Amino acid sequence: MKQRRKERIDRGIKARSDDVFSLNSYREMLYVALPPLTPVLLLIILPLALPSYWQKVLISTCAFALLAMSWDFLVGVGMVSLGQALFFGVGAYIAGISNKILGLPIWIDIPVATILGGAVSALLLAPVLRLRGVYFSMVTLVFPLMLERIVEASGVFGGTEGISGITPFPNSFIESYVIVFVTLFALFGFRRLVTTDYGLVLKAIKDNDMAVMGVGINVYWMKAQALFISGCVGAFAGAFITHVYGFVGMPSFALDYSILPLSSAVVGGMGTFAGSFLGAFILVPLSEALRGIGGLRIVLYSFFLVFFIVALPEGIFHYVQRKYQQFERWVEVDK
Amino acid sequence: MWEVALIYGFINSVILALTALGFSLTFGISGVSNFAYGAMYIFAGFVAWLLLNKLSLPFFVSALVAVFLTALLGAAMYRFVLLRVRGLVISEVIATFGVGLIILELFRYLGFTGFEYTLPVFSDGSLLIGHTYVDYQRLWIVAVGIVLAVTLYVFTHHTKLGLAFRGIAQDEHTALSLGINSDRVAGLSVAFGSGLVAVAAILILPRGTISVNDGYDVLINAMAVCIIGGLGSSVGVVLASFLIGYAQIMTEILSGPHWKMIISLIAILIILMVKPSGLLGKQKELEERM
Repeated sequence: MKQRRKERIDRGIKARSDDVFSLNSYREMLYVALPPLTPVLLLIILPLALPSYWQKVLISTCAFALLAMSWDFLVGVGMVSLGQALFFGVGAYIAGISNKILGLPIWIDIPVATILGGAVSALLLAPVLRLRGVYFSMVTLVFPLMLERIVEASGVFGGTEGISGITPFPNSFIESYVIVFVTLFALFGFRRLVTTDYGLVLKAIKDNDMAVMGVGINVYWMKAQALFISGCVGAFAGAFITHVYGFVGMPSFALDYSILPLSSAVVGGMGTFAGSFLGAFILVPLSEALRGIGGLRIVLYSFFLVFFIVALPEGIFHYVQRKYQQFERWVEVDK
Repeated sequence: MWEVALIYGFINSVILALTALGFSLTFGISGVSNFAYGAMYIFAGFVAWLLLNKLSLPFFVSALVAVFLTALLGAAMYRFVLLRVRGLVISEVIATFGVGLIILELFRYLGFTGFEYTLPVFSDGSLLIGHTYVDYQRLWIVAVGIVLAVTLYVFTHHTKLGLAFRGIAQDEHTALSLGINSDRVAGLSVAFGSGLVAVAAILILPRGTISVNDGYDVLINAMAVCIIGGLGSSVGVVLASFLIGYAQIMTEILSGPHWKMIISLIAILIILMVKPSGLLGKQKELEERM
């Protein structure tokens, strides 16, 4: 019986340009350079081109992209977090407190909040590093909710009022470019990091942690480091947004900051960071454009989340990547 | 004051056990994630309210229909979402959590918030136990809760279907080789769990207004009870409910209602740090945790 099957073959240009030494035309160089250059150029031009309202959207998009990438990184180590809001909120509160109460200037308190936020997040989650799979996810789901309620119940750090009057950035250009560069740094840094030996060990922990233990590597210490790295990126997003809004409070632990990064990464495609980045740049502006629907935002994100995880689990980025690198044709096969 | 704590602690514990029964059946006993659990609770409440007030059906009928519809929703969620990602545990969690968020936030968006959203109590009045008044609704909750817990225990230990529920969690391949259609049993388990939470909602919601935020609390409480009791252990669920139930009432009396929810959260954290398999859990200990 004859049947049709889709065959995928690498494009010739991909096969040639996979090996750097055989790049021998501008076309091939462009083929290699286009994918990484697009986000760089786009992000550098956008703050100049956009009206001031959409600049703010760009800033929050970048913040969500950072959270999504930090989520993606954790997934790559086998830790699925349902509460990126933990990292975001911790960073936001540390920045708010150190700026308002300790009086640190903005250029010091953001780095402090980044490093300290990463450390605090890693320390908070350190006792549950031994958990795998769903159990780790449950704990991460619980943490931001718990911190939010502790703040509410005890009234520390401004309680339900939050802390307002935090120093803003001197001007909007600095504001936009700081987060743009950090986002690009995180994107390419993460992509580089997972291909190093260090990243290989982290990936191995996801695939088979027993094997990694077997070669004498301390899995929990590596996981803690991964949490710290991911926490730093998330905490930076929190600290930064705190200074943009001039306010930090219980909303910093809100569900938005857990669900949107997750949706972005799933919609964009997990495991590549570029996917999470792409996902955030699709979902956040989309929800901003549909601002009229207000409370329907979370519904929309969740819908995308469920739809993509059920129907298109590879995500947009992998799909686009395949189209870029391979051509497809139908072939007749004997069954 | 101690008498109040004792009686209301008991009632609170039964309420916790009642809300956790469905989650325990689906997640604990059959190993299928249903993180839309809290949403099902609220869904049942609002459906009952709509049937009661918009279609003016009698309370008993609308309660039954609400339970049935919630079970149907669970079955539909299994058929169209869970079945496709079955076995990918993380995808199961994320997908069902997403479904739950859609339901809850949709209710919020449609304006289902306010004091008019209440369900009627079964019977008015209250009973004097010692020096404490306990209204009949709470007595109903206690009675139904105990009956349901016992029924569930008998069901999962002494009926074919109940044993199949446990079988697919213990070893799906062996279950398959013994003629258990694991996909269908898992679907039934989700549907039964949803039905149980609907029963819990009909009983418990008359104590106050139906609010969307309760959905999250119900999920967390159910998770807390199941994790602390140990997955797959029916006795563990009851034990954990009493632990958390009394702990919640004591904190409420000693330091105000704000701290009540925090107890479950802290309890989850402590038990996962100290004894991840739960107080009485044995199942899957080695497979899923280290």
